[in-house]
Amino acid sequence: MHAAVVVFPGSNRESDVARALRRSGARVSMVWHADQDLPAGTDLAVLPGGFSYGDYLRCGAIAGRAAAMDAVRAHAARGGLVLGICNGFQILCESGLLPGVLMRNVNRRFICHRQTLRVERTDTRFTSAYQKGQVIDVCVAHGEGNYFADAETLARIEGEGRVAFRYCDAAGTITVEANRNGSLNAIAGVYSDGGNVLGMMPHPENFVEGLIGGTDGRGLFDSLAA
Amino acid sequence: MKARIIVTLKTGVLDPQGKAIEAALRSLGIEGIDSVRQGKVFDLEVSAGDGPAAEATLRTACEKLLANTVVENYAIEIL
Repeated sequence: MHAAVVVFPGSNRESDVARALRRSGARVSMVWHADQDLPAGTDLAVLPGGFSYGDYLRCGAIAGRAAAMDAVRAHAARGGLVLGICNGFQILCESGLLPGVLMRNVNRRFICHRQTLRVERTDTRFTSAYQKGQVIDVCVAHGEGNYFADAETLARIEGEGRVAFRYCDAAGTITVEANRNGSLNAIAGVYSDGGNVLGMMPHPENFVEGLIGGTDGRGLFDSLAA
Repeated sequence: MKARIIVTLKTGVLDPQGKAIEAALRSLGIEGIDSVRQGKVFDLEVSAGDGPAAEATLRTACEKLLANTVVENYAIEIL
């Protein structure tokens, strides 16, 4: 597994995600946003969290049109894997690789806390190391994570089983309280129609070492590197 | 030539910032404002010809970057 982590001005989680990928056995290269190509042999393109371009205009809007994103789009069109975490998810929505958009949190606050998620599918390249319906403990840190799509798009996403993770309580129940950013249908992560692109707001890369709070994020990187 | 582009949220899209401003106006005792929706204004100097050519350029700018048409509408004014 060769992963290419795309770094934008303002990205700040690239080292964490690279470390999580290496821990699971992936080879990792860093790619600068102005690069026209991904390294030869890239299996997975990763858009890390952060505040690309200072969140100017809209979160992910300017990064979504960066040169490296043309390479990421071409990679996705060939069936290559793409993972976007937090700001990376916002960039994927802004670049047109995923449907919908991430709006300001419903409570208007930057939220930063541990968060339980329900794993909706395990028959994907991203989640095979988890159990279906498993509740994983990771964390969130964002001001704009409120997933929105128009009714028709939302119905299509749900109908095609493209929800990857939902915000839930510790028992795996979807509740209003557990969905603190106000996302439609408590959506925390979405797959593309081909299933090879995943965007998610929570940070699995934060929780790959027991020493720093938990290891439930490992499953995602283990699945990818398997 | 100068142009102004106004980007607004589509009807039905939740606007937490607009809601906060609405509440702040109420708390200031300013009566008679029923709702607030926040948008963006872009003032542009345009050299891409005039009339239809400029408008086409501005429309491309809106579609490609200035507005996210999933949730936003845009209006172009040539000043």
